[in-house]
Amino acid sequence: MATLNDYLLASGLLFTVGFAGVLLRRNIIIIFMALELMLNAANLSLVGFSRFHTQAGLPDYNAQVLVFFIITVAAAEVAVGLAVIVALFRAKQTTHIENLNSLKF
Amino acid sequence: MPAPLFWIFVIFMLFFGVMVVVNRSPVASAMSLVVCFLGLAALYISLDAFFLGVIQILVYAGAVMVLFLFIIMLLDLKAEQRRRFNLIAMFGGIVVVVLFVKVLVDVCYGFQGGNAVFPAISHNVGHGDTWQVGMALFQQYKLPLQMIGALVVVASVGAVLLSKRELK
Amino acid sequence: MNSAPWIILFSPLLAAAVIVIATQPFKKLSSYVSVAAVAVSLLFALTVFGSPDQDVSFNWIDLGVFQVRIGYLIDGFSKMMLLVVTGVGFLIHVYSIGYMHDDRGRSRYFAGLSLFMFSMLGIVLANNFIMMFIFWELVGVSSYILIGHWFERSSAADAANKALIVNRIGDFGFMLGILMVWSASGTVMFGELTSKWSTLGLGAGYATIAALMIFCGAVGKSAQFPLHVWLPDAMEGPTPVSALIHAATMVAAGVYMLARVYFLFAGSAAALAVVLWIGVFTSLLAALMATQQSDIKRVLAYSTLSQLGLMVSAVGLGVPVSALFHLFTHAFFKALLFLGAGSVIHSLHNEQNMWQMGGLQKKMPLTFWTFLIATLALSGCPPLAGFWSKDGIVAAAFEHNAAAGLVITVINFFTAFYMMRLFVVAFLGSARSEAAEHAHESPPVMAVPLVLLAIPSLIAGFPPVEHIFFPMAEEAGPSIPAMLVSVAVFIAGIGAGFVLYRGKNSDPVSIPLFANRFYIDQFYSVLVKWTQDALAGVAAFVDRWIIDGGLVRGLGGTTWGFGFALRFLQIGNLQAYAFLFGFGVVLLLYLILFAA
Repeated sequence: MATLNDYLLASGLLFTVGFAGVLLRRNIIIIFMALELMLNAANLSLVGFSRFHTQAGLPDYNAQVLVFFIITVAAAEVAVGLAVIVALFRAKQTTHIENLNSLKF
Repeated sequence: MPAPLFWIFVIFMLFFGVMVVVNRSPVASAMSLVVCFLGLAALYISLDAFFLGVIQILVYAGAVMVLFLFIIMLLDLKAEQRRRFNLIAMFGGIVVVVLFVKVLVDVCYGFQGGNAVFPAISHNVGHGDTWQVGMALFQQYKLPLQMIGALVVVASVGAVLLSKRELK
Repeated sequence: MNSAPWIILFSPLLAAAVIVIATQPFKKLSSYVSVAAVAVSLLFALTVFGSPDQDVSFNWIDLGVFQVRIGYLIDGFSKMMLLVVTGVGFLIHVYSIGYMHDDRGRSRYFAGLSLFMFSMLGIVLANNFIMMFIFWELVGVSSYILIGHWFERSSAADAANKALIVNRIGDFGFMLGILMVWSASGTVMFGELTSKWSTLGLGAGYATIAALMIFCGAVGKSAQFPLHVWLPDAMEGPTPVSALIHAATMVAAGVYMLARVYFLFAGSAAALAVVLWIGVFTSLLAALMATQQSDIKRVLAYSTLSQLGLMVSAVGLGVPVSALFHLFTHAFFKALLFLGAGSVIHSLHNEQNMWQMGGLQKKMPLTFWTFLIATLALSGCPPLAGFWSKDGIVAAAFEHNAAAGLVITVINFFTAFYMMRLFVVAFLGSARSEAAEHAHESPPVMAVPLVLLAIPSLIAGFPPVEHIFFPMAEEAGPSIPAMLVSVAVFIAGIGAGFVLYRGKNSDPVSIPLFANRFYIDQFYSVLVKWTQDALAGVAAFVDRWIIDGGLVRGLGGTTWGFGFALRFLQIGNLQAYAFLFGFGVVLLLYLILFAA
């Protein structure tokens, strides 16, 4: 049987993959997808804890409500983020972050 | 869930996660993301969180991914040209990732209670977990729910504003 | 409780308030309000004069161990002073109506005059040190307002500043003295202190220092030697103000205070000696300076200094009643001298140089004769007021300290000499300027006060009159040898002055040391300048290098330096930011989870 640590490890690895994507890819849309990976990795550990921390024979649904909220906020975030990317693309004609380097002194 | 099935889904998920990162084509990345989230949904289900599994598929595979594909198509993004690697960035990224994995493993091995088998849960209470989550959501978390709703409204208005051709 | 003292005290304050608040635009009305207030004070002072002694007070501020009381002490001293202050003050107010007739700031002037009267009456009535100190400071402020009345002239503004600042130096010592007295005895009430002070068993050093600190206040206010420099400069104010400050009020406050708290000095021979010699020294110095001045008001100013020195030395000789007696007579003839000088200045269109006057006997007979009376009274002419009061001091001096007596005799000689010089040059001979040729007698509103002041100048010294105002004076009886010496000195001084200056058009004697006031003012300005430069140098160093260089530029520079170093991290690369962020998170996690 899989234990909580297995789930946490899987969650952490998924997070790491997402983080590596953020660090290594240059396309801002791919970076955005990698961010989604990281977000969902956090959700996975939440659900794992929810199942692990049972109350009266039932999972802790507070954690699942939190996951629900996170998914909702993530959807909103994706909408806004993609709108920002579209605006950025209109201004700069690129989604390559090496060309989006005006955020400096 | 039997251990072999768990590992299959984990590897499935991680593989497509890696594919998101390494694919040159944005469309392929987006498709890999969907498949990755399918694996994640399976893991939710394996944790008896059926509702969240379904939501995950509906929201991410159904809505978010469509949005991503839409934008990719809209911006008409082609596969990236192979560029020379930025060695310093590469090295830095790998160092941080390795360090992160190191801390993660340390945490997991340090948490002795986590090696225990999940406690059993009763599947005979008469209501599914959708009912349970719904009760918690509409009774205990009324106010946060309203606030999330307002947030989504604001976000969609913001997205519309940002997408206008001329920002004023 | 008798309400008359309160009415005396507050009616000038009320007048000042009314003028400032309501009648400012109506100049004539303002002057009448002010005169009416001081007339009310004078009337009630007369009623108080006949009433029994009283010591009444109420708590103003109660701090447990320390109470600030406002009250009045009616005894022989204060009854006499009330009459002098309100009487002379009233005449000067009336005179001011004429003198300030064309002045634009008349309302302000009369408000200041009323405030001044209020402050001075507060000092006279005060029954404790704190109240006296409060009014002491109020006198300083109102004298500032009055001396600086013509503040458009920078010399007047400077003189006002000088008076205030120099007075503050003395007042600081006064405050320290009050604190010393309070900490030793636990009370500041004159009544309690009088009986208690000698029984406290204080060390001689403490008592002497406390007394001398109190004396500092008098040194500042009565313009005694190191702090005398403000008084001649105070001539920049309108002439009636000079008369008020010099004759009856401000400078008299110091002597009055010394007489009031004489019990502090009585036990300390050292303190008395210091008081005596400061007084004598000031008096001699001022008399010598007066012989070489050519500004009519300055001669009078130095003569005031000289006479104040005499009063202070009388306190030092242990005869405060004689000091107050001289203060009493001096108030009349000195006010008369100033008002007479003011009358001359007024009719000569603000000419103050006495070498530009002359030949005024026919043109201004009233001023001429009253001025002559005052001159003789100040010089010590036998039956006039000054003779009797000076005689008391001279007699006491020869009795207690022959050296001081000798110096005082010399001072009296010079007093007669310079007063005669002033009189001969300013009034006799022929007119030496066009303005003097067209001089005319002053209007009645100015002339009448002169006449009214001439009367007490004539008679105030007679022993029966003295007895009315100074019932507490011990009957020493006139000292015949001292009187003879005084008369001889008077005749010598008058004669020398008359012979030397009769018919002269310029000063036959020239002693630059005296004319330049012993260079004390120059010495002070050098001293002040040197001190200021040294302090400014230190302050500039601290400001430039420690505050500016170290703190301001140091802080700013450090922040800027860190900012400069750190902004190279802002390379604009999103992934570099993410890398740093992730690295920081890993580091933090490691530190939190495993390093503890």
